[in-house]
Amino acid sequence: MSEANPTKVAAKARPLSPHLSIYKPIPTMVASIVHRLTGVGLYFGMFLFAWWLFAAATNQAYFEWVNSLFGSLLGRIFLLAFSWALIHHMLGGIKHLVQDTGRAIEKNFTTTMAKWHFVASIVLTILLWFAAYAAR
Amino acid sequence: MNMRTPLGKVRGLGSAKDGTEHFWHQRLTAVANVPLVLIGLYLVVSLTGAPYSEVYQTLSSPLAAIFLFLFSFSVLSHMRLGMQVVIEDYVHGEFTKVLLVMFNTFFVMFTGALILYAIFKLSFGG
Repeated sequence: MSEANPTKVAAKARPLSPHLSIYKPIPTMVASIVHRLTGVGLYFGMFLFAWWLFAAATNQAYFEWVNSLFGSLLGRIFLLAFSWALIHHMLGGIKHLVQDTGRAIEKNFTTTMAKWHFVASIVLTILLWFAAYAAR
Repeated sequence: MNMRTPLGKVRGLGSAKDGTEHFWHQRLTAVANVPLVLIGLYLVVSLTGAPYSEVYQTLSSPLAAIFLFLFSFSVLSHMRLGMQVVIEDYVHGEFTKVLLVMFNTFFVMFTGALILYAIFKLSFGG
């Protein structure tokens, strides 16, 4: 403390606000993180949709090869995750649009909504896959 | 001639100099995405396991082409804005941040080019 160098004072580690790992996970917080994670997942998944379209435009042999990849076990697991992420992110988005108008922001209600959000996205994904298998 | 004062021109634009455009476009594309994604899901589900001839026939119809164009434009815009926020939230180094925001645009443009090529080829490729 002998020399008071102002640049050194500024560079000193200052207290930070706590990071995410400090907090106990609560439903609204998990919903928020999952909304962002599903968004990031869909971002890269969209490229695979583009690839599928590209394959359909290329020729039959190439399309059938790409389609067989999506139809494989790993491909189906990916598509299951992708469809759930899409439905979950869409429901979250609709929730956000409603909340943008100042509605549905009371704390107990948002907690209940965050829990039902997961239930709804999982149920809708299962229904979608039933519909997809029933259609074949 | 622009009669607005210099202060009036910058008011409400904030540090990014584009005002509420990012926020608004995120909402605009979000609203558009709801029906577009639902139609897209229907389209993909209806084509699962279908033979190539059926997939080709469906995707090369004018309605499918117009839908795919609208769907891609809205979804790609939405995901570009979203990823930009994620990058800006977690990447603090100025150089890395600018680089990643650039790559974000490149990735979205490349995906869009792939889709556009596919739409054109399916529609006009014979």
